[in-house]
Order: sequence, then C-alpha cells, then structure tokens
Amino acid sequence: MEKGIIDILEKLPLVQNRIHELRETILANLVMIGEIPAPTFQEAARVEFLVNRFTESGLQNCSTDEVGNALGILPGRGGNRDILLVAHLDSEYDGKVDHSISVQQNSVSGPAVGDNALGAAALASLPFILEQLDIGLDSNLVLMGSSRSLGRGDIEGLRFFLGNSEVPITHGICVEGVMLGRISYSSIGLMRCEISYKVPEEYDWTRFGAVGAIVTLNEVMNRILEIPLPRRPRTSIVLGSIRGGAGYDTIATEASLRFEIRSESAELVASLSQRIGDIAAEVSANSGAEVAFNIFAQRKPGGIQFAHPLAVHALEIMKSLDIKPRISPSTSELSAFIDRGIPAVAIGLTNADDLGKLTERIAIEPIYTGIAQLIGLILAIDKGYCDEPE
Amino acid sequence: MNLNEWLRNNTFHHSTFWDLKALVEEKERQKTTISLCIPTLNEEKTIGKEIVIFRSELMTRYHLLDEIAVIDSGSKDRTREVAESFGADVYLADKILPGLEPKRGKGENLWKAIYQLSGDIIVYIDADIKNIHPRFVYGLVAPLIYHPDVKYVKAFYDRPLAFSGGVRPSGGGRVTEILTRPLFSLFFPELTAIIQPLSGEYAVRREVLAQIPFPIGYGVETAHLIDVYGRWGLGAFAQTDLDQRVHRNQSTRDLGKMSFGIMQTVISRLKTMGIMTDSFEVATVLRQFQVHDRDFEEVEHQIVEEERPPMIEIPEYREKFDLSK
Repeated sequence: MEKGIIDILEKLPLVQNRIHELRETILANLVMIGEIPAPTFQEAARVEFLVNRFTESGLQNCSTDEVGNALGILPGRGGNRDILLVAHLDSEYDGKVDHSISVQQNSVSGPAVGDNALGAAALASLPFILEQLDIGLDSNLVLMGSSRSLGRGDIEGLRFFLGNSEVPITHGICVEGVMLGRISYSSIGLMRCEISYKVPEEYDWTRFGAVGAIVTLNEVMNRILEIPLPRRPRTSIVLGSIRGGAGYDTIATEASLRFEIRSESAELVASLSQRIGDIAAEVSANSGAEVAFNIFAQRKPGGIQFAHPLAVHALEIMKSLDIKPRISPSTSELSAFIDRGIPAVAIGLTNADDLGKLTERIAIEPIYTGIAQLIGLILAIDKGYCDEPE
Repeated sequence: MNLNEWLRNNTFHHSTFWDLKALVEEKERQKTTISLCIPTLNEEKTIGKEIVIFRSELMTRYHLLDEIAVIDSGSKDRTREVAESFGADVYLADKILPGLEPKRGKGENLWKAIYQLSGDIIVYIDADIKNIHPRFVYGLVAPLIYHPDVKYVKAFYDRPLAFSGGVRPSGGGRVTEILTRPLFSLFFPELTAIIQPLSGEYAVRREVLAQIPFPIGYGVETAHLIDVYGRWGLGAFAQTDLDQRVHRNQSTRDLGKMSFGIMQTVISRLKTMGIMTDSFEVATVLRQFQVHDRDFEEVEHQIVEEERPPMIEIPEYREKFDLSK
C-alpha cells in the first residue's frame, strides 16, 4: 500500500472523533432538510435550503440549474481533478405526510430520514466539517443535491448535470444515508415499467370472461411469473406494486402493476421487456380491456472493476474504520456516472430500521464513521490514489 | 397609544431578521448576552430536536445565544437525559433556590430561570414545538436588539395557507378568542392588539422579568401582559409573526382548566388595581362533569394560581446579581 494512503487511513480515527464533536451541525441539517417535503419533481424548497447552506459556507457557484439541482463548488488549490459528490434530494413522500423528525439520544426518526435526508445533510455539513478539520484539497469538490432521482425522475437531475456541465468531472461519489457498509461501484441493467389496464366505457359486461381490470392484471402477473430466468447472467423480475379498484362490491375498471426487470445483461433486460409487453397485449386482446405499457426508467449495466484503485481504496478505508463492506450493484445515481465512463462509487453513512416506512429510524453514532469514510475517500481521490492506472 | 400605529411599528415578521450575521454583530456591539430557557415536563420526543437546532444554528454557526438551558419540573421520561446529551444545561426546578418551598408549574420554571440563567435577555420557548426552527428564537430576540424601547416580545403564528388579499380575521387559539381577548376588551383594551397573548414563546429583558410577579400555573402569560402593560405601557411590547407552529392539541376539558387559572390571575390583578373589590373571594375548584353509564358525575379540579413574587425581592437573586446596594 502506498505510504500516502496509509497516512490517510491513520488520520481517519481522529477525523471520526472530530466529526463527533460537530454532531449538532450534522443533526440540525438533517432535521431541517428532512422536514422539508421533497417528492420527486417538487424538490424546490429543499434545493433552496441546500443552496443557502452552500452559500453560507462560502462555496462558489452556488446555484440551481434548469432541472432544479442544488450546486456549489469548493475550489481546490489547483489540482486537476473535479470530484462530484451527489446526494439525491427527493423522497417518496408528498407534503400531506407529516415530515416531523424526532431526535432521540441515539437515533433520529421520521419519513425518509435515512434515504436520503442524511445524505443531503452530509453534503450540507461537509464544507463546515472540512473547515473545522482544517482539511484543504487540491481538487475541486463539486457538491450536488440532485433532483428528479427516484421513480419517474429516472436520475434526470444528475444525468442533466453530467450532460451539460462544463466542469470535467473526473470522479463521482454517491452519498446515500443508509446503509453503512454499503458499497457499489457497478450498476446492473434495469428497466422500470408499468402495465395499466382500463376497461373501456362501452365494455360489454355480459361477454364471456368479463372480469374487470384486477383479474386481467392477475393473469398478466401469473404469466410473468412463468417466464424462466437464467442463473447466469443473474436476472430477476421484481413485482413492486399493484393498484386497482375502488371498493368491495364494484368490479374494478382500472388496475396497474409496477415492476422492475434487473439483469447483468442489457440484452436480457430488453428481451424480457419485449416479452412482458407481448404478454400484456395478448391478455388485453383476450379480455377486451385497454392496456398501456410504459417504461419509466432504464439503466445500463457497467461500472468499474473490483481491482480499480477507487474500489480498492474505498474498501481499504472501510476496513480501517471497522466497517464491514457489503458490495452490491447499484440501481441509483451511480449508473449516470457509469453511462459517461466516470469512475464512481456509492456509499452509505449509517444503519437504519424501518427503512421505507414513515417511522424510518437511523442510528446517530455510526454517522461519524460514515462521514469519516466519506472524507477518507475524498482525500484518497484528491491525492490521486484512485486514478485509473496509465 | 394608537393601536393601529402600535401594530404598524411594533409588529414584525421573522423574515425581517433573516440576516443573522448582522443581528449577531449588533448584539456583540451592545455587549448583550442572551439565554434560552426551555421549560420541560416529559418532552423526550421533541426536546432533542430543539436543542440540536438551536445549538447548531444559534451557538455554533451564529453566536446569538450564550446559554441554552432546560428547566425541568421532574420529568418521568428521558427528557433531562436527552437534553443533556445534546449539550444543554439541564436543571431540575426544585434544585434552583432550594431554600424556597418547591412549587409545581411551568411558571415556576420560568421564574427560576431568571435566577439560574445569566443573559441580559431571556427567551422562553416551549418544548413541544414539532416544527422547530431558529426563527423561533431570532424572530423574538431581534426586536429587543434593534429597538431599545421594546422590553417584551411575544410570538404569534399567522400565515394562512392561501389568501387572496383584502380583509381576513386574525387571531389566536380557542382560549384566546373565547376568554382572554374578551377579558382584555373589557378591562385592558390596548392589550387586545397582542394577537396571541397566550403563546408560550417570548423574549424579555432581564430587568423587566425581575420586576414582575410570576403565577406558577396557567396564568403566567396573561399576568405578564397585564403587569408589563401596567408598568411600562403598550410601547414596551412588540410581537413577531413566526409563521406556523405545530404542536399538541389540547382537549376542551384541559382548556377549561387553563381558562379557570387565567380567570383567577385576571381577577387578582383587577383586585390589585382596585377595579374589583378585594373582599370578593373567588373559588379555587373547577367543576366539570362526565357521564358514567347513565349517571352524571361531578369531577372537581383544585386549581390555585399561586404566584411567586418579583425575583428582585429574593435575597439570593440580589446577591447573585450584585443588587444588594
């Protein structure tokens, strides 16, 4: 291991302790960000908060772009690397949900507090933490709270930035609130789809087999589950949610199914999507219900190799902080970096319970380790240890 | 004083004071110190968040607060532990001025804060606010920093979700509109300009706090307004719109108890001022009713609005703040 990287690793326990001392700053940002509702496509208030934080911290180019990302640059001392740290700002909860966050001695709870208010809070706090730790970088650090990430947003915020920014991003880090130990440096192929059935107004309910939209959809689900999937390349179809009907005693006139096709092979994702589309159309023809098949999000498989210096050093940093790594392919922001050939990793900051529920709860103590890990990674990239070999 | 003029000059919106850097500079120029007091009783769910936000934003980031203190009435939950773990100074009310006979009530904690805390300005914030934000403190403190004549700043919460312009009613909660404002209209018409007289958030100069008596129960806020008004006039007050406050809703029965305490406080002031004869003795039992099976049952609540004297009369206070001369 290079001496420089050993120096960084040796610093991290101290960094961890100092972050503990700055706990209130991180938690205050977490509460203030988490209590601003930010459903996908309506992140503006959260974006405004983050940009204000960046401005207060003395970052440069604090701004929002035309898709509503929050951006700020911590300029380096003139190195030739531009590191983009991105945390998605959107959540699945709209303003009707009570966004109150509760801070307990060892935990913080509230809707989407871990995914991803904590990631955004880490970004909001990072300039202050680096200043307090007296850490200066050679590289430019671009901080970005991304909009339109989840679901139908389809990572539009980050894709837009990478496609239109004049800053030549050399490395990317996706900051996710949970889970500590998570590390992704590759992306699997993915397609998120929705099949909707609608019974037309003029539907003849006396015809044989007239059963309504839910039963029609059920037929499609049964057919999807019959599709044989290969072990290699690893492939799966996740039936994520179904909606339909209006009550107990009325035959449903509308129903929809959301599902995701995942595979290490882009070709398989495409062929499965084609096959499911055919099934949906065939069932529609048999039942007489109108079908709509929509694709909302797609990711190509790819990423850096296990032996890439960025992956290697990220794992070394985790090991030095006693973080048990869980390597898994990502379906999040990482794929936007992968699409552009930018080496990037996604990491998590703390542990959580009730993930995805309104009572989502994250542990406070591991956050210090999670952010120390993030700073270690930034330092390793900054010093050039994560560059691709010539 | 003309009420409309007072409303124009002494009613603020917190956004006026967004520039915390300038506010802190002015505070430091004046060499003023500010203490935050959060009175608590079983508030473990919300206290941590309040301390974290105020410490981070108003001590670390901008040095507006010199002290954050929790004065607890003896919580049975982990309120004190949580507050302490996030760096607040935590005191049990009973242990402050231990030579005095202990009393139970929020007003007791507020009164003892005058002795325990050191700031020239004390800002009181309830512990049960779900949507806590730094504005709850700086919105109340800023009028005192920028306006030397103002001595007492009260919060109100008044931003409607939608408003098309023109006239709309503006007001406080149920007890304010049904009891306090009608009482003020009868006896202290100028005080009706205070939009939420019962709000638990206010910032006050020490010299004022030390000179007024403190009911220890429900009547503390009402008593403050009448006493400060009687001594310094309406011009001593200002009020700040803090937008929305999300908190626990109280039952109508609890509001009945609150109203009973407030009535006692107002009557005691009316007697002191000679508006009501001193020989008239008020009862201290509130009677409410409930139906048990098919029978009506009386439920009695003994509510006595005890008062602490002005802190300046307490020898320990005079000694601590070097007022013996």
